[in-house]
Amino acid sequence: MNANSEILCDSYKKQNWIKKLFLYFVILLLIVAMAVGISIGASGLGPWDVLSSLIKDTGRNHSIVWMLRLPRVIMAAIVGFGLGLAGAVFQAILRNPLASPFTLGIGSGAGFGAVTVILFFGGGFQTYLIASGAFLFSLISAFLILVVAKMKRASSETMILTGIAQMFLFSSLTSLFQYMGTMEQIQEVVFWFFGSLSKAGWREIGLASAMVLIPFPMLLRHAWDFNLLSAGDESALALGVDVSRLRMSSVVAASLMTAGCICFTGVIGFVGLVSPHITRMVIGSDHRFLLPTSGLVGAVVVVAADILGRTLWAPHVIPIGIVTSFIGVPFFFYLLVKRSKEYW
Amino acid sequence: MLQVIDLFFDYGSTRILEGIGARIEGGRVLSVVGPNGAGKTTLLKCIVRILKLARGSILIEDRDATCISRRELAKYLGYVPQNMPAKIPMTVFEMVLTGRKPYLSWRPSEQDLWITANILHEMDIQDLAMRDVEQLSGGQAQKVLLARALAQEPRYLLLDEPTSNLDLRHQLEVLDMIATLVKNKGIGAMMAMHDLNLAARFSDTILMLKEGKVFSIGTPSEVITPKNIREVYGVEVAVRRDNGYPHIQALHCVIDHSDSD
Repeated sequence: MNANSEILCDSYKKQNWIKKLFLYFVILLLIVAMAVGISIGASGLGPWDVLSSLIKDTGRNHSIVWMLRLPRVIMAAIVGFGLGLAGAVFQAILRNPLASPFTLGIGSGAGFGAVTVILFFGGGFQTYLIASGAFLFSLISAFLILVVAKMKRASSETMILTGIAQMFLFSSLTSLFQYMGTMEQIQEVVFWFFGSLSKAGWREIGLASAMVLIPFPMLLRHAWDFNLLSAGDESALALGVDVSRLRMSSVVAASLMTAGCICFTGVIGFVGLVSPHITRMVIGSDHRFLLPTSGLVGAVVVVAADILGRTLWAPHVIPIGIVTSFIGVPFFFYLLVKRSKEYW
Repeated sequence: MLQVIDLFFDYGSTRILEGIGARIEGGRVLSVVGPNGAGKTTLLKCIVRILKLARGSILIEDRDATCISRRELAKYLGYVPQNMPAKIPMTVFEMVLTGRKPYLSWRPSEQDLWITANILHEMDIQDLAMRDVEQLSGGQAQKVLLARALAQEPRYLLLDEPTSNLDLRHQLEVLDMIATLVKNKGIGAMMAMHDLNLAARFSDTILMLKEGKVFSIGTPSEVITPKNIREVYGVEVAVRRDNGYPHIQALHCVIDHSDSD
């Protein structure tokens, strides 16, 4: 019996080792994707020029790499990581495959905030003002979910229904404001909704990465609680998890993450929904591995989508939000059809 | 010993449990019986603190259970729900390992893995270990849920209708397993049961609930009587004795009984 137990323990450890291996593989993939992302662009700098400009000051090339390409690629990675991770967290705490920052209305909240600023506070190129509006309203929408959840014992169904309802509310308000706006304003709104990485500078990167990386350890610490939650609230309660508190604090953390990401880039949809699914199909749903890997997969997806957006129709740049959905959806269909077992 | 003293529970403004008293002792099985809606499951859920009781107290080894943190409580009480929730994306091994949650921080220790593996062996379900939970049959799922509760190394097991979805053979298998565990490990068990004959056969004590109140408590022979069953279930039965256990045969419903449902 002892020998057999050892075999069981070993096969469990082996499975975990494979999951870890996949995590490293995705890290490698991200590094490669980022390297490619830095090496391409309108100015025609090749990989070697980029490498030398990274190290020493080569004048114009140096500023192209440091002021344009590097921030863009890093921002793409951070936003992808944040959205992928937030999606995994929402799906875990709501135990629902449809949950993502956008299906919960947090994206629509951000959009509404941005529209409000563009219409009533001038807009123009005041990135920070728009970002603040988007940030504020995505938090308001998260807060709304929390309030309703608090009144009704924080069941996942309540939270999802609240999210969907406010998604419609914010969308209709956004449409109303667009209807009231001038042509220029509408154009700016539309561009915001496409999503864009071109406005990202180092300061934005600093803020966004703080919003993503500060809640990350807290969420990772609860990985086991998320695992327990997938077997239902009651089982989790009986195993010592304070379910409603976990749900509340995780919604706050994941919403901050989402808000921090999309307020600077506009709507980059879909990553938050698919990254957890892609990851789960490969490594299952032990959240100790799922959370970081889902974030990294999201980062790879956004960096890769940005590369495609910049090369497919060069010298035009296709907005990042369009590319992620355009590439992501068919790929996701493919995975849905091809996967061997159904997890949800 | 786990004592339930004068426990009340309300669901909204509806009173579900009223003044329940019971005790679970190590090495013994207490079955809770009663018609649908009598409050069997609610009682179990109040004890494991899935539901918050309105009044009354629960003492575990003479400690007030409300002063024990949830995590600490999970080291005392193992809860076995009635059903495996649908679509859990885990293997059997991972699922049983989650029973170690009250003890582990982030990374399960060798000991946690070892305990998990040993429980799977003891229950003879080691072949299922790497299978996905959702592929299990009803009987297998019930055993896995029991295994998870055992991984908690609890002093008391609370089982919500452990045989409700099982065929004849698996009913006996699971109950035999519980009886053996109770005897060998000195665990105290409380089971919500529908089948009165199985309850009579596998329990030391039976608690019969009617509309949220204790109607009768005692040994199976004391509680499983035609009179009690007529009053509580509204069914006329004949009770035989079978190898020392009371065994009932349902005859017909009692007509014009206000409590029948």
